[in-house]
Amino acid sequence: MEFQSCVKIINEWDIVAARQLGRNVAKELGFGTVDQARITTAISELARNIYLYAGQGKVCIEKLYEGGKSGLLIIASDEGPGIPDVRKVMEDGFSTSGGLGAGLPGVKRLMDEFDLDTTIGKGTEIRAIKWLR
Amino acid sequence: MNKLIYNYIKENRSRILDTWIQNMRNKADERLIKGVSTEVFESTSDEFVEMIISRLTEKEEEFLSLLTDFAEKVVRLGWPLVFVNEGLKEFEKIVYGGLVDQGLVNQDKLLEVVGDLDSFMTPMQNEVVNMYSQIWEKTVSLQKIALQELSAPLIPVLDRITVMPLVGTIDTERAKQIMENLLNGVVNHRSEVVLIDITGVPVVDTMVAHHIIQAAEAVRLVGAHCMLCGIRPEIAQTIVNLGINLNEITTKNSLQKGIEAALEITSRQIVEMEEVE
Ligand SMILES: Nc1ncnc2c1ncn2[C@@H]1O[C@H](COP(=O)(O)OP(=O)(O)OP(=O)(O)O)[C@@H](O)[C@H]1O
Ligand SMILES: [Mg+2]
Repeated sequence: MEFQSCVKIINEWDIVAARQLGRNVAKELGFGTVDQARITTAISELARNIYLYAGQGKVCIEKLYEGGKSGLLIIASDEGPGIPDVRKVMEDGFSTSGGLGAGLPGVKRLMDEFDLDTTIGKGTEIRAIKWLR
Repeated sequence: MNKLIYNYIKENRSRILDTWIQNMRNKADERLIKGVSTEVFESTSDEFVEMIISRLTEKEEEFLSLLTDFAEKVVRLGWPLVFVNEGLKEFEKIVYGGLVDQGLVNQDKLLEVVGDLDSFMTPMQNEVVNMYSQIWEKTVSLQKIALQELSAPLIPVLDRITVMPLVGTIDTERAKQIMENLLNGVVNHRSEVVLIDITGVPVVDTMVAHHIIQAAEAVRLVGAHCMLCGIRPEIAQTIVNLGINLNEITTKNSLQKGIEAALEITSRQIVEMEEVE
């Protein structure tokens, strides 16, 4: 496994800490300003979802090197209630909290790869990758 | 209090202080000494030892007032609590070492002296930690207030035109403040147009976008226009990727363009004056 670092998400300011971590790693990998913004925004969405719906969890950032290309992996995991209907939450505009419901489908569009794994009563883990072009 | 310890500390006060300063200077890392002159380091150390001794010699109030002053000072100087704690331990070590060296304690009295010294130092340690964290909390809450005052300023730039420049991270508390200040501002300054400038906002995620949309809607409901300015190119792209619809809000890429548009809405324009002969 390549270098990984994590931020625990417990309060709202941890979201900012997670974003900062992501931005630093993205810079180190050589991502441009637009991709840096995409990555930090995606982290912000995932971290805020943890804070809002699971209470607490963590966001880890990992550098990936695969077959000559490098990328950044975000792993957002929690032991919250889980997501009952994965298809629904991936639709634009679905929200149980009166939000815009743009977070999860937005993250999928902001990043290159997106993978959601959830179990009711056990928690949720979301992995998203941005490849450096 | 053990008479022996008491007398020893009183009589060797300056020697204890010198040793203490020397030992602590070795323990203190760069960061701690840097930015603090030797005089300040020494005078603060002096106050520290003075405070410890006052616990022996003075009344409770005298000690507490010295402790408050001291705690305020070290919090301001940025001395970490660990260092302060270390200082107390060092003091104990020096006193104990001195007593033994001078042959003031013999074998059978040793335990008693150690016990006495400890029962003097331990409660004081608690008091110091307590005071330090109280002052620290006070400092943090003052900073919070200061930040809040900075969080959503409203500037009436021209008659009926108001600007809210936002700089830094927007959390839920700040988002609330933005809405409140905007609405108050519209009423108090009789604004017809308010411009929100987000050039200094590092991340616009769905939460921030949602609050901006709601604020704009609220401004519209009280009969004014709301414009969003300073959307950096990378922010524009992430907003599009998120699939957020900002069609209901007028957006301008710079504050200057925003003000020009605001003048137009209020049926005015800036003209260059002809040279007067
Ligand atoms: N980690 C999680 N644990 C449990 N439920 C979650 C989690 N993340 C998202 N959800 C559920 O998925 C829904 C959609 O999430 P999404 O981030 O897309 O929108 P939102 O958070 O409701 O609004 P916003 O547009 O502000 O992000 C949420 O309303 C919530 O019910
Ligand atoms: Mg969300």
